[in-house]
Amino acid sequence: MIRLNGVSKRYADGTAALENIDLTIPAGSIFGIIGRSGAGKSTLLRLINGLERPSAGEVLVEGQALSTLGAAGLRGLRRRVGMIFQAFGLLANRTSAGNVALPLELAGVGWAGREARVADLLERVGLADKAQVYPARLSGGQRQRVGIARALATAPTILLSDEATSALDPETTRSVLALLADLNRDMGLTIVLITHELDVVRAICDHVAVLDHGRLIEAGPVGEVFAGSRHDATLALLGEER
Amino acid sequence: MDGFFQHLVWGDIAQATLDTLAMLGGSLVLTLALGIPLGVLLFLTSAGQIDQNRVANRVLGTVANTLRSIPFVILLIVMIPLTMLIVGTSLGVAGAIPPLVAGAAPFYARMVEAALREIPRATIEAAQAMGATRFQIIRKVLLPEALPGLVAGGTVTAITLVSFTAMAGVVGAGGLGDLAIRYGYQRFQADIMLVTVALLVLLVQLIQWTGDWLTRRVDHR
Repeated sequence: MIRLNGVSKRYADGTAALENIDLTIPAGSIFGIIGRSGAGKSTLLRLINGLERPSAGEVLVEGQALSTLGAAGLRGLRRRVGMIFQAFGLLANRTSAGNVALPLELAGVGWAGREARVADLLERVGLADKAQVYPARLSGGQRQRVGIARALATAPTILLSDEATSALDPETTRSVLALLADLNRDMGLTIVLITHELDVVRAICDHVAVLDHGRLIEAGPVGEVFAGSRHDATLALLGEER
Repeated sequence: MDGFFQHLVWGDIAQATLDTLAMLGGSLVLTLALGIPLGVLLFLTSAGQIDQNRVANRVLGTVANTLRSIPFVILLIVMIPLTMLIVGTSLGVAGAIPPLVAGAAPFYARMVEAALREIPRATIEAAQAMGATRFQIIRKVLLPEALPGLVAGGTVTAITLVSFTAMAGVVGAGGLGDLAIRYGYQRFQADIMLVTVALLVLLVQLIQWTGDWLTRRVDHR
């Protein structure tokens, strides 16, 4: 479970990215955070793995308050929280297998242990035959699958997805989302994804939170929020696609 | 004693070639050894990077820019006391190496910094999100990902060092440039000038070919 208690984030120049957010993300859920660009989604996601620190409030991941963690504790937490990116973030000078092996190398896993684990992970994302291929020669969907395999290398319980399908075409988006849904079902992986696309939320999320100008507008099961919303920001998002 | 190549003493030319190669080799190794850490520091302390530090960045940047803005012939001369202090002489191959490194390392550091800037933000962020330490980010992500740029920059730096070594001849460093100036220019021995220039051209070509080949080999982007 992930819990945000009264979290605010202000930058040094005084701009507020998030204001007084209270949010609970249940373990095992696929939790969508939706909002327009600049709504604070990206900042909120990075609070969960400590890439951003809150200016006020507390972030708890599996009962542990992030503010109590030192540098080493934070690195340990990040091995239990995987992350995937819109721009993939793959190393161009490493093969698919090399990219998936990186978090294991960082965690000090030996060569023998890495090899078997990397093969398993590439198999899991359907890229067993691309192990020795460099990212430049992979399609966008394949690159994101490598990104997912890499994020799962250290067997995290939580996966953060930063607009992971926003750079992909609709068909590839569907297949990547289907993979995420499978991982959630098979491994009990909690997935927190941020997106500006309603379709993504509809396709795989069970819960959704609507963010607007740094404020949490509403949160709850997808059906309830989308069917019964009385909030302008949510209605505006829903209205855009009609 | 007639014919165009009457002045050539091959022993001198061979010695000068070896001196040039020794100056180049010695100064290139030290330039890379100093330029890479300096370039990494310039990058890491710059705005928006993981160790953003405006004061450190300004200080390092100013040192690098100052050294880069002094013409090399002048640097050779003003560094003489410091060179004496470091290697005990300001003459010969050893005396040439400190000014060569002082001239080339900041130049290379800026190229290292530029190569690091080419790495997408998401790549570095991904490493942080994996729980990488700062040292791991440098060793496993920054340097390997910037390797093609580091090699290409190293090639340009090596070629710049070749022309610097020719200038080092002015303060008695020896080498092909020294030979060309003392015999080819001051004694009007055009044959020596021609041969030394041909050797310098060949050396630069070899460096460029090797550098290009190596850059292609390490670039998977």
